[in-house]
Amino acid sequence: MITFRESSIGRRPLVLGAATLLVAALISPVRSARGEEALTFDGLYKSFGVRGLEFSDRLLSLKDSIVSMKGYMAPPLKAESHFFVLTREPMALCPFCQSDAEWPLDIVVIYLDGTAPLVSAGDPITVHGRLQVGSWTDPETGFVSQVRIVDAAFRRS
Amino acid sequence: MISRISALAAALMLSAAGTAFGQTIYPLDRAEILAGSQFDFKVEFPPVQDASAVSVTINGQDAKSVLTQPADFLPSEDGERSALWIRGATLAKPGKYVVEATVRGAEPVRVTWEVFATPARKAKNVILFIGDGMSVAHRTAARILSKGLKEGRYGGELAIDDMPYMALVSTSGTDSVVTDSANSMSAYTTGHKSCVNALGVYCAHNKNTLDHPKVETIAELVKRRSDMAVGVVTNTEIEDATPAGMVSHTRRRADYNDIVGMFYQVQPDVIMGGGSPNFLPKSTPGSKRTDDKDFLKQFQDAGYSFVTSNTELKAAVQPGHTAKKLLGLFNTGNMDGALDRRLLKKGSVDKFPDQPDLTDQVGAALDILSKRDKGFVLMVESGHIDKYSHVLDWERAIFDTIMLDNAVKLAKDFAAKKNDTLVIVVADHAHPVSIVGTYDDDRKGDTARDKLGVYDEAKFPNYPPADAEGYPTSVEVSRRLAFVFGAFPDHCDTIRPHTEGPNVPAVKGDDGKYIANEKNCSGPQAVRRTGNLPTNQPQDVHAADDVVLTAIGPGAEQFHGRIDNTRVFRYMANALGLAKP
Repeated sequence: MITFRESSIGRRPLVLGAATLLVAALISPVRSARGEEALTFDGLYKSFGVRGLEFSDRLLSLKDSIVSMKGYMAPPLKAESHFFVLTREPMALCPFCQSDAEWPLDIVVIYLDGTAPLVSAGDPITVHGRLQVGSWTDPETGFVSQVRIVDAAFRRS
Repeated sequence: MISRISALAAALMLSAAGTAFGQTIYPLDRAEILAGSQFDFKVEFPPVQDASAVSVTINGQDAKSVLTQPADFLPSEDGERSALWIRGATLAKPGKYVVEATVRGAEPVRVTWEVFATPARKAKNVILFIGDGMSVAHRTAARILSKGLKEGRYGGELAIDDMPYMALVSTSGTDSVVTDSANSMSAYTTGHKSCVNALGVYCAHNKNTLDHPKVETIAELVKRRSDMAVGVVTNTEIEDATPAGMVSHTRRRADYNDIVGMFYQVQPDVIMGGGSPNFLPKSTPGSKRTDDKDFLKQFQDAGYSFVTSNTELKAAVQPGHTAKKLLGLFNTGNMDGALDRRLLKKGSVDKFPDQPDLTDQVGAALDILSKRDKGFVLMVESGHIDKYSHVLDWERAIFDTIMLDNAVKLAKDFAAKKNDTLVIVVADHAHPVSIVGTYDDDRKGDTARDKLGVYDEAKFPNYPPADAEGYPTSVEVSRRLAFVFGAFPDHCDTIRPHTEGPNVPAVKGDDGKYIANEKNCSGPQAVRRTGNLPTNQPQDVHAADDVVLTAIGPGAEQFHGRIDNTRVFRYMANALGLAKP
C-alpha cells in the first residue's frame, strides 16, 4: 500500500541543470520547460466504466516522477490548506460542504509542500509535484483518492 | 473564549433544569403512525438527568409497557443530554395516543399521535412517480414543447395531466418552510415529516448521523409484512435522496456508502440508476468507498442479475427470461438526461453511450415486478428536472419532464390492463420557476431585454413538432420560451439553450463567494444578472410552493384538495391495506 507519509519523507528537491532541461525538451513533446512530464485529465485513464476505471499506461509509467498538470482548484473546506482537489472543469459546488454535491471520478488530489491560500474555482492553475498512483485514504479526512500529486506547488496558469 | 462558552452553556443548562424546558419527544407532535409500522421512540432530556428523575407515559401508562419493546435510558448521550430510547416500537391499535415526558417537579411536555388503521386492500400494486422539483411551469413548458400550442389550445394531453384525481401537496419539513429531496421523499415513503438532509429518521440531536430515531419505509414495510416486491428506479445516482428514501435511515443524505448498504439490507427486487462507484471496493480505481466491501459481488451473490447498459438490460428481460432480481447501474455518476442522450450528445454520453431511457428502465421493472403474484410497490424518479433547474438549464429540465411523461404513459398502459394498480405522479418540492413570454431573435434591438416579448408580443414559441416520442427535434429555434428563475446566484444569462453541455451558472471566487461563470458571459445577448440569493449559494434553490399530484387507479380517489406530503404515504398504505397483518 502506498502511504503519503512514507512518500513525503522521500521527497526530492527539484533542481535541474540547464542541460537536462534542454535534453528533456528535445526528447519529449509533453515534457515541460521545467523538465516535468505534463499530465492531462484525458490521459489519466484508458477506460471508464460502471465497473471501475483503468489507469492509462502512461500514468502508471510516470509513478513517482515529477509531473505538471493543469486544472481547477475545487472549493476546499478551509481557506488555507495543504490539501485540495484538482478538477478538469471548475466545480460550481463544494462536495466537502454541500451534501448533495458529488465529486467527478477523474479528480486528482494535491498535497502541497506547505499551506497555501485558496484561488478562485474559476481560474485555471498548474500544479507541479511528484505523482502517486493507487488507492490511498487521507488519515485526517478519510478522503480516498487514486491519483495524487504530492510535495506540490501551484501557480495560476 | 472556551470558558465563556462553557459558562454560557452551564447557565442555559441550569435554566433548562429549572423549568424542565426542552424535552423533545420523537415522533413529534401530530405524527400519523400506520398501525403496526415500526418506529424508534426517543425522548431527549437536556441537560443530563438521573433516570429516577424522569418519567414517560403513553395514555397514562408506562411507555415501555405500551410499546412492548425494551427501554434503554442513556444518562449522558453524546455528553450533552439524557435520552430514553425504545427502538423498533409498534402500535397495533388505532386511535389517539398522548405521550407525556416529565422531569421531576416540573410540567410535562406532551405530544399527541394518531395511529391509523387501513381499509381493505384495493390495489394490488402502487407505482409512485417522482418528478424531482417538478413545478407548474415545468409541466406547462413540457406540454408546449411536446404537444404544441396554437391559438391558445394544446395539441394533446400529457399523460401526467390526463388523470382523474389531483391534489395540491404541501412539502415543508420539521425544521424549515423549504424542504429538500431527502425529507420530502421521506414523508412520501414513511408518512413522517423529517428535516433537510434527513432520510427515514426524525432529526434528533445525535452526533452520529446513523443513530437518529428511525421510522419504517414503505419498502421495508411491504418486505417485512408481505411477499410484495419492491422496485426503485431513477436516472440519478441510486444513492441520491429520492431513491435512497425508499430504504434509508440517516440524518445526512450524503452518507452514500452507508446507503448502498441499506439497499443491500432491504433488497428491493429491482434497483436501477447511476452511481456505481459506491458499490466498488476502495482498491478499485474509480471507487468512492472507504472500505473493501464489493457490493457488485454481494448483490450478484444474492441472486441479482447485474446490467450496465441498455443492451444488457434488454437482454436481461427478453421473452422467457427468469430474472427475479435486477441491479442496473448505468453510469458512474448521474445518468445523462434526455436532451443530451437524444440531441446534444454532451454530459457523459461519450463515456456511456448506451444508457437506457427512463422508459426502458420502467418497462424492464414492470416486466420483472408484475410476475410477482402478491403485487409490488415501484418508485420511479425523473431526477434531473430538479438538477437541471438548479443550474438554470431549463431546456434539459423540460426534456426530462417529457421523459417522465413517457414513463408515466407506459405505467398507465400497464395499469389499464387490470385496473389493479394505483399510479401517482407528484413532485417532491418546487422550484421558483415561471414562463413569462418568449425570447425572439427577430425582435429589434441587441440586448436580452430587447429580445423578450411579453403579453401579445410573446406570440407562441416556434419549436419544431415533436417526434414520435414527444420531444421537439430541436431546442435551437428563433423564438424560445422565456423560462425564468426567481432565485439565483450571480450569473450570466445567455437567453439560449446550453448546447455546449449542462450549465454551470456560478463558480466560487477567491473570497469564497459564488460569482458568475465567465464562460457564459460572452454570447450575443449574454446579460449579467446580479444574484438575489446569499453569496454562499451556487445555484437556484427550492421553493416552498405546493406541488401538483395527479393519480389514477384504485385508491386514487383519496387525493383531492390540499394535503400534507405525509398523506401520500397514508393513501398508498390505505390502497394496499398495509395495516393488516
